[in-house]
Amino acid sequence: MLNRIDQKFINLDKEKKKALVAFVTSGDPDFHSSKKIINSLPKFGADFIEIGIPFSDPMADGPTIQRSSQRAIKSGINLAKTFKLIENFRESNRKTPVILMGYFNPIFQFGLKKFFQICKKVGVDGLIIVDLPPEEDSLIKNYTQQYNVYNIRLVTPTTNKERLSKISKSSKGFLYYVSIMGITGTKKPSISILKKSILKIKKNTKLPVLVGFGINNANQVKEINKFANGCVIGSAIINLIEDSKKGNYSIEKTLLKIKLFLSKIKKGN
Amino acid sequence: MLKRVDSQKFKEFNFQDFPDKNGRFGKFGGRFVAETLMPLLLDVEKEYEKAKKSAKFLNEIDYYFKNYVGRPSPLYFAERLSKKLNGAKIYFKRDELNHTGAHKINNCIGQVLLAKRMGKKRIVAETGAGQHGVATATVCALFNLKCIVYMGETDIKRQAPNVFKMKLLGADIISVKSGTATLKDAMNEALRDWVSNVNDTFYVIGTVAGPHPYPMMVRDFQSIIGKEAKQQILQLEKRLPNYLVACIGGGSNALGLFYPFLNDDVEIIGVEAGGKGVKSGKHAASISKGKPGFLHGNHTFLLQNKDGQIEDAHSISAGLDYPGIGPEHAWLKEIGRISYVNATDKEALEAFKLCTKLEGIIPALEPAHALSFLLKNKRKFSKKSLIIMNMCGRGDKDIYSIAEHLGMKI
Ligand SMILES: Cc1ncc(COP(=O)(O)O)c(C=O)c1O
Repeated sequence: MLNRIDQKFINLDKEKKKALVAFVTSGDPDFHSSKKIINSLPKFGADFIEIGIPFSDPMADGPTIQRSSQRAIKSGINLAKTFKLIENFRESNRKTPVILMGYFNPIFQFGLKKFFQICKKVGVDGLIIVDLPPEEDSLIKNYTQQYNVYNIRLVTPTTNKERLSKISKSSKGFLYYVSIMGITGTKKPSISILKKSILKIKKNTKLPVLVGFGINNANQVKEINKFANGCVIGSAIINLIEDSKKGNYSIEKTLLKIKLFLSKIKKGN
Repeated sequence: MLKRVDSQKFKEFNFQDFPDKNGRFGKFGGRFVAETLMPLLLDVEKEYEKAKKSAKFLNEIDYYFKNYVGRPSPLYFAERLSKKLNGAKIYFKRDELNHTGAHKINNCIGQVLLAKRMGKKRIVAETGAGQHGVATATVCALFNLKCIVYMGETDIKRQAPNVFKMKLLGADIISVKSGTATLKDAMNEALRDWVSNVNDTFYVIGTVAGPHPYPMMVRDFQSIIGKEAKQQILQLEKRLPNYLVACIGGGSNALGLFYPFLNDDVEIIGVEAGGKGVKSGKHAASISKGKPGFLHGNHTFLLQNKDGQIEDAHSISAGLDYPGIGPEHAWLKEIGRISYVNATDKEALEAFKLCTKLEGIIPALEPAHALSFLLKNKRKFSKKSLIIMNMCGRGDKDIYSIAEHLGMKI
């Protein structure tokens, strides 16, 4: 069976559209709200759902995602429950690709074989393991192949040509370009520098290239989509979830806010 | 508790061959970091390999060790304490006499000289007890480099004298409130800073942890302790010691002493912080009570829950309050070369008091853990036992918190 990620890019290409990836943390702010948020994201315009696995020590994340992980852990989320969220999502959605993003320790403690078996069973299509560079992925290589779960790699402003070729050879589905030198949700990328980098990467790979870290408004997305295959939005959505939690909003109001935000991004893209 | 290590078993190992080229000690170690950091780490490794072979670099380190740090540190026969140990002879390797009061500066001299070679202008560091922070700030003052120290909010409160010293030395101290606001979170923040400022910044890690090449590099810089100790004991006693003992936070003072002896027929003991007791859940005994996992760029033993979330460590000594341990220790534990034990807060305090009264040496709370192990196990030693303990820090930084524990006012 074709991986949903590949199928999605084929469809987007046909419609001449760019990809919008929505990132949320599993279990943020709690299991039931998270379930409703994740289930609604495709309706609001997300082409891909990226779900963060909370970790106590998220080295590559800024304050927004750090706090979101802490809220989720406090609410009792773990990988088993994260898989339940995805299982539930798949009951009504067979098409939208689901990507899990996280750090290696929680996955390792869950048990690698079991992790990949359940990924396949519940319909996880891709994985981004932040702290598992190509040098260290021998531990999961056999499993990603056996269970047809794509290992999606990060390319960053510090990645040189030599590494780029190593990375694009071992990445599947798409390449995730980290637009800034830094952590999530902090700096803003310069569009002109970004463009140069993306064009350079595209010369070295046939994979679609999506851009993430520091993207939070419709204008940016519009500009970036002129040269990239799409954008990943994370901290900006999570900020809305955090506001809701602080303001004690109903889940309906939270969903409405996320819907308004994403529809603005979608418009014209 | 003390198993006789079968030295025959290790004849086939050459401990000098580790880590391998991927930074592995057996299955432990490695480079588990985000892509942004990978090229940097490869660069640090390349530059370190070059520097290691440069006579100029090595001479420079020697110069500052001798004239600035005050090396070699004495190997001192602690006669009155020895009497308490069934007549065993206990020697202190006195790294507490170093400039800035602990072993930490050995590593800082090495790493900051490397950073200078690489043309870096800005140094970041994490600190728990503040000893590594003070040492880094000191060396940065010496070499006129900008210094940013990340320190957990909780630690800032309990290590006030060191915070003040760092400020005097011109460092910026950033209070870390994320996570549990202790050493592990300070390390996360320092790594985040490094990812955000890769071009001009060098991260000086304070212990034998972090991604490759740090565990190797820090060990190499600290192993001056063991090299000197070996020469000194051979001169004083005409033989190798029977035992080496050191306390373990991340494990840098311990490995510094142990490393040059790993191939020898010497019994080696690392003492972790047992906090309120290893059964209480409030301790920092990552080897005794942790499980292998991944944190701060390496594979090692970690205190964590069943979901793989890292747990809070606890120790009376801020310097031992880390939920992990250097990957080389994880491996040495796995193959059985070193015995790892622990001492509680209370036991460390007792040893602290005894050492102060009997030897006139006010130890830091960290090495007090090592000493407490010796006192607890005195029956195991005989007149023939020759012991070297790493007195890796002095207690000046701890007097306020000790006064509090003893119910006294300063
Ligand atoms: C005096 C002293 N000893 C020991 C340690 C623990 O570190 P390590 O285990 O790396 O020697 C510290 C850390 O701050 C310290 O200040």
